[in-house]
Amino acid sequence: MYVAVKGGETAVNNSRELVAKTRRGPETIPEITPEQIENQLGLAVDRVMAEGALYDRKAAVRAIRQSQGDLVEAGFLVRAFRTTLKRFGNSKPVNTEKMKVLRRISGAFKDIPGGQILGPTYDYTHRLIDFEDEPDHPQSLPEDQGTIEPMVTEYEASMPRVLDLLIQQGLMNPGSGELIGEKTEDLTRQPLKLPAKRNIRLQALARGDEGFLLGSAYSLQRGFGLDRHPFLGELRVGYVEVMVTPPELGFEIKVGEIKVTECFMISRNNGTRQSLPGFENGYGLVFGQNERKAMSISLLDRSLQNSEKDDDGKYPARSQEFILSHSDNVESSGFVQHLKLPHYVDFQSELVSIRNLRKKYRKNRKNPENR
Amino acid sequence: MMSHTYNFAYLDEQSKKMIRRSILKAIAVPGFQVPFGGREMPLPYGWGTGGIQLTAALLGQADVLKVIDQGSDDTVNAVSIKDFFRKTARVRTTENTPEATLIQTRHRIPETPLKEGQIMVYQVPIPEPLQFIEPRRPETLKMHAFEEYGVMYVKLYEDISKHGRIVTAFDYPALVHGRYIMSPSPIPKFDNPKLHQSPALHLFGAGREKRIYAVPPYTDVVSLDFEDYPFEQETWEQSCAICGSSVSFLDEIITDDKGSRLFVCSDTEYCRNNGKKEGL
Repeated sequence: MYVAVKGGETAVNNSRELVAKTRRGPETIPEITPEQIENQLGLAVDRVMAEGALYDRKAAVRAIRQSQGDLVEAGFLVRAFRTTLKRFGNSKPVNTEKMKVLRRISGAFKDIPGGQILGPTYDYTHRLIDFEDEPDHPQSLPEDQGTIEPMVTEYEASMPRVLDLLIQQGLMNPGSGELIGEKTEDLTRQPLKLPAKRNIRLQALARGDEGFLLGSAYSLQRGFGLDRHPFLGELRVGYVEVMVTPPELGFEIKVGEIKVTECFMISRNNGTRQSLPGFENGYGLVFGQNERKAMSISLLDRSLQNSEKDDDGKYPARSQEFILSHSDNVESSGFVQHLKLPHYVDFQSELVSIRNLRKKYRKNRKNPENR
Repeated sequence: MMSHTYNFAYLDEQSKKMIRRSILKAIAVPGFQVPFGGREMPLPYGWGTGGIQLTAALLGQADVLKVIDQGSDDTVNAVSIKDFFRKTARVRTTENTPEATLIQTRHRIPETPLKEGQIMVYQVPIPEPLQFIEPRRPETLKMHAFEEYGVMYVKLYEDISKHGRIVTAFDYPALVHGRYIMSPSPIPKFDNPKLHQSPALHLFGAGREKRIYAVPPYTDVVSLDFEDYPFEQETWEQSCAICGSSVSFLDEIITDDKGSRLFVCSDTEYCRNNGKKEGL
């Protein structure tokens, strides 16, 4: 039963037990292990870490299992865990130029210094469900070659960013360097203030809902905010080192490495009488291998930079407020679904009010001069 | 696995028939965007699902298929699509342009002139040439119906007044058979003149937007311009670093992080043959 007048506590307890049972499924089937989730559902783990805004594979894995694979719910679990963690300092900005690259592509240039590395991707697989009853094996092109090992470059490898090459050629504005080294406010400790600076916007986008960001970026591409086709300058996926200088040590140490996806998009700027024609960039960085999201962030980063100048409110994806206030899926999922909660009292007031209005309407119909 | 699970060329025959009907209508009304019941394909939207559906509906066992992307036979997406049809239809594939009966392309028209009987299939991301002026479909439908193309000319005029020239570099709009303005798909404007009075049949498929349109053989395709600002193609100061061609579309390749660059043909098949001809 939904909610009885009395007995709410029993109902809630029973419901918790039921969801735990439903999650576990029949006892005859072995329980899925955290190791299996971590190693075989890696992209789900990446998504949950990104939306959960916490790089903690173990927490994400547990959350996925606990939520029956509902990734938005899992992200919520991670957020609720994250909020209890103590902050002990800031790392140095990660150096993505020194990334240990798994995958690196450019849609703008055929060849780039350091080369294009296709790496592991579904992009060129054919979406044909393999119904053959055989162990899960990687579908690769060309024809299955089970012996291919993923290529990973070293941290020392020179992989100049395509962005910097365009800056060197003078085709792109180096920007004010606003994001590097500046003391950054933490969106998880301070409320979002609008208009938001770029470092806050990028934080919000990095933890935003993948689907919302994707749909918003798509709307730009369909002409609701962009008037031309953007280009993928570079997309790279790999590991970066996290460096921290603990005050008690006074020198820099490596505390670990994290997998990230970095993207920058190029869009054309025809220039004006005062400014040189050239290109502008949109940037996105996200935890894990999360290409669709990194690309969406880059497109939105660009459109929100423009919105600082001309927020005409005509297109949602050019409005900071529209994008930043609605992209967090812990917020949106909570608020949309809060409608499941009892609203008996409010609705009762509505009923009384509507009945009164109807009474008045009928009375007026009978005596038109009262109108 | 493929053979007993999926039909020849993946799509079922009823879907193919529906697509072929839409193609016939598109040929009858050149440049007009015919809506069709686009199907989900096993490749993602934006990767050529419209083109793949056209190819799937048109392929017969005797066809010889060529697939290019950015002018090249060997780019990843072209290889993947070719492989898809090799698997699902077991058709013969080729890189040789004159030998192909059906050429599916993304972003280029081959440099080698096309001939009668050949079909070009284009992958189209945004079929509506007016999309970036007016994103609302009911509005653009009316604009096409009433030939209300003033806004397009105004946009080109604004380019000239702001920048001294028309700045559209690819997906350059063209007037087909004196009636409909059409997006030639994101081919560089360099390729636009190849559509004019071409002996081949050109079919355009937009999978996500679910529209098909066509340029039948020997049809006028005129790139929009003004008398005093005529249509211009891209030109290069360099020649191809591999085959020496000075008439083909060149790609720029960054060779190091000091800004060194190299220019080579985007059409790899043309480049190879031209190189042989020049004895390189």
